[in-house]
Amino acid sequence: MPQLKNKFIVMNSKDNCATALEEIPMSTEIKLKEKIIRINQKIPMGHKFALNDIKKGELIKKYGETIGIAIKEIKSGDWIHIHNIKSHYLKVIKE
Amino acid sequence: MIEEFLGYERTKGQVGIRNKIAVLSSVLCVNHIVQQIVNKVENGVAITHPLGCVQFGVDYTYTIRTLAGLGSNPNIYGVLVVGLGCESLKSTLLSKHIKRSKKPVEFFDVQDVKGGSNAAIEKGIKICKNLVNEANKLKRESFNFSHIILGLECGSSDAISGISANPAVGLVSDKIIELGGTCILPEFTEWIGTEHLLMERAINEKVAHKIKELINKFLEKSMKRGIDFRGIQPTPGNIEGGLTTIEEKSLGTIAKAGKAPIQGILDYSESPKGKGLWLMIEPGIDIESMTGLAAAGAQAILMTTGRGTPCGNPIAPVIKICGNEKTCEWMASNIDINASKIITENKKVEDIAEILWQKLKSVCNGEKTYAEQLGFNDLAVWRAHGTLPFIL
Repeated sequence: MPQLKNKFIVMNSKDNCATALEEIPMSTEIKLKEKIIRINQKIPMGHKFALNDIKKGELIKKYGETIGIAIKEIKSGDWIHIHNIKSHYLKVIKE
Repeated sequence: MIEEFLGYERTKGQVGIRNKIAVLSSVLCVNHIVQQIVNKVENGVAITHPLGCVQFGVDYTYTIRTLAGLGSNPNIYGVLVVGLGCESLKSTLLSKHIKRSKKPVEFFDVQDVKGGSNAAIEKGIKICKNLVNEANKLKRESFNFSHIILGLECGSSDAISGISANPAVGLVSDKIIELGGTCILPEFTEWIGTEHLLMERAINEKVAHKIKELINKFLEKSMKRGIDFRGIQPTPGNIEGGLTTIEEKSLGTIAKAGKAPIQGILDYSESPKGKGLWLMIEPGIDIESMTGLAAAGAQAILMTTGRGTPCGNPIAPVIKICGNEKTCEWMASNIDINASKIITENKKVEDIAEILWQKLKSVCNGEKTYAEQLGFNDLAVWRAHGTLPFIL
């Protein structure tokens, strides 16, 4: 397996999360522009991690659009999944 | 640089990228006859289906519009409609609809031919040979991409589709629209969760309202039947793959439609009423969806896949784009564009889009896609409801 240059992809400059393109082990340090992000948990391929600290109630952005809302404090480098975010659409849709 | 392709001029300003002869069953009872005719016709395509009799209401309307639309597609030079004679969907009626495209249309009913099915097959072959002779006189000429209608399909997606193949298709969709062409995004069940974004992209309030109304009506009606579509997306497999919410999944899906403004919503198989990006009502079943796209007039379809699918369409060439490295390797003979280099070789989405654009151009010029080479001629018409037992 060749050493991959990019382990992750940021879909839009407005995003506060990135998607892992291969499994990223815990404690990996990722350089994004001038910033170093330390990965806090193992990130499985296709899963996301935070690019900065995200407060509870803050919106999660991917593709430059909202994909959900934080239900817990999320630290930079944290795995973002269904344990710490939920649908924002289901909350706002009219019943 | 002026972007052009070599196509076949049709009447009414349309341009085909293929020059086929279609033989169309008006009713399922003549499917075998239609297939036997096509077997002897150069560039012939059989449009067969399990429909054409004891249909009513919306279901009947969908069937007529779809079959007439397939016959009218610019990739078809001329059409032979074959009926039985006693069916509810008459060959004369289908022919009348297809004749509006001003292309050569012939028809007959098997019950009107003395000598049974063998004589009918002979008669059909004779008619088609004349059509082939006329079709072969046409030569490809240069046209710009404003003549192209492109279908944007996805099937058997995985967690990678939304970050690789789909955005690459989105860039090609934007390019076609920039060049004055048209794109259609079907599969409305996969817009759920992003309708607010689609509404923002609508060209006016009316279109925005229609998007909202369609989704809300669908959600309300399915809710009444005890199904909450919002709750079953994303699926457990999607979540395992990294997707978290319905909006994240749908964003990956609608990435195929790039950033262009939305001109309106088309009913199933309905032709766009102008250039630009259109949405089409269709429930998200690949073959039915691509049948609807070809019936709406799409000359080519871009289809992204994650886990891999071999399907094709008899009228519109289908180009497969896949972002999953393993699928690209295992199903190499079915995948036209390997988008997994976004993941494995640090390629940009833009790089893959450029490769796809070059492929689309050469397919427009006549290069056969893998699905064409392998003879995948899949057709299915969306049933609005079933036949009679549905109401029993």
